[in-house]
Amino acid sequence: MRSLIDILELSTKELDELISTADDIIENPQKYAHKCDGKKLATLFFEPSTRTRLSFEAAMYELGGNVIGFSEAQSSSASKGESVADTAKVISCYADIIAMRHPKEGAPLVASMNATVPVINAGDGGHNHPTQTLADLLTIHREKGRFNNLTVGLCGDLKFGRTVHSLIAALRRYENVKFILISPAELKLPDYVKESLTKDNVDFVETTNLEEAIKELDILYMTRVQRERFFNEEEYLRLKDSYILTPEKLVNAKKDMAILHPLPRVNEISVAIDNDPRACYFKQVLYGKYMRMALILKLLEVE
Amino acid sequence: MKVDSIKNGIVIDHITAGKGMEIYSLLGLDQLECSVALIRNVPSRKMGKKDIIKIDADIVIDTAILGFVDPDITVNIIKDNKIIDKKTIELPEKLVDVLKCKNPRCISMTEQELSHIFTLADRENRVYRCLYCETKAK
Repeated sequence: MRSLIDILELSTKELDELISTADDIIENPQKYAHKCDGKKLATLFFEPSTRTRLSFEAAMYELGGNVIGFSEAQSSSASKGESVADTAKVISCYADIIAMRHPKEGAPLVASMNATVPVINAGDGGHNHPTQTLADLLTIHREKGRFNNLTVGLCGDLKFGRTVHSLIAALRRYENVKFILISPAELKLPDYVKESLTKDNVDFVETTNLEEAIKELDILYMTRVQRERFFNEEEYLRLKDSYILTPEKLVNAKKDMAILHPLPRVNEISVAIDNDPRACYFKQVLYGKYMRMALILKLLEVE
Repeated sequence: MKVDSIKNGIVIDHITAGKGMEIYSLLGLDQLECSVALIRNVPSRKMGKKDIIKIDADIVIDTAILGFVDPDITVNIIKDNKIIDKKTIELPEKLVDVLKCKNPRCISMTEQELSHIFTLADRENRVYRCLYCETKAK
């Protein structure tokens, strides 16, 4: 039995297999409509996230399965003081697979150490969000057709942006990938992620200038400055508008650059860009559902 | 200062001066009923000053913890007044309930029953990270 807590638990070969499955689901959805008949997914969301939860639920329904769960900690027994370990043991009695989001970093790992069914990390604090990375990777695969030889710009909140950390972890394993890290000084990528890049001899540059960096990019990954990651409201307000992508800033970008965003967006990408062929963030949402379908099949070992 | 040599037991040598007490506590030597000597600031040719701990009993100690606290320590096992084994210490791969994570967002901060586990992330630079949230140990 396997869980998915960190994207690095999947080898590049396994990622390729998940992508092939997702491609096949897109081509032949009917083939997969009853693959999970009689199976239940438990969505344990200890902090609100409508889109990730709905994506998991839609994924399970499209595989013919059912869904149980809760969408905020107040409606779970955590509000009575139950530990994550106990919750995992209990839910294992009801469901065949668990998707867990939790504000505390490492909570899904603790769940996987105690559950008797596979656990999928659906986001743990500012730490990891591997299924968002699966969505990002399928988007890159379908838009660029490769993971090698890419210059990837990551822009916005690189400190608390867990999707950024997971995406870097996944892409740094491929040949000739260069990262351009665009953020205000206060929201720079954590040292441990940078250390991992240096250790693997991965090329990266830190900058505060989006306009200058954009010329080089094959992919621009925008992120939102998240209010819930700040202890201090003033600091949030000071940094929230640091980087806003507008049509003017896109003038110098490559014609085939792909713009990704894990969503929800607040104002960091102008709506005027939504119809630009380079805007991929709504396709990315759809791809996320297909990758979650592929992942559920893999972890449930459904042929 | 003279402390008698031991017949059967353990001598923890080359402890960085001043760390002897920490190691004494970490190993739980206060729980032992046998004679235990903690000698501080012993003159050393190699180190200038060092601490030494002598345990007068044939027991097993968790040398893994020593590697984290003071990696240049040597552990001598004494049998019939002779050193029969001289161990240099390697950094342990895992530390359980030795350190606590300082990240306020880490699950180990709120789950009371959870073991505090750190894993060795970078041997060369002696970096340990929390198993749960990957925050660097300080």
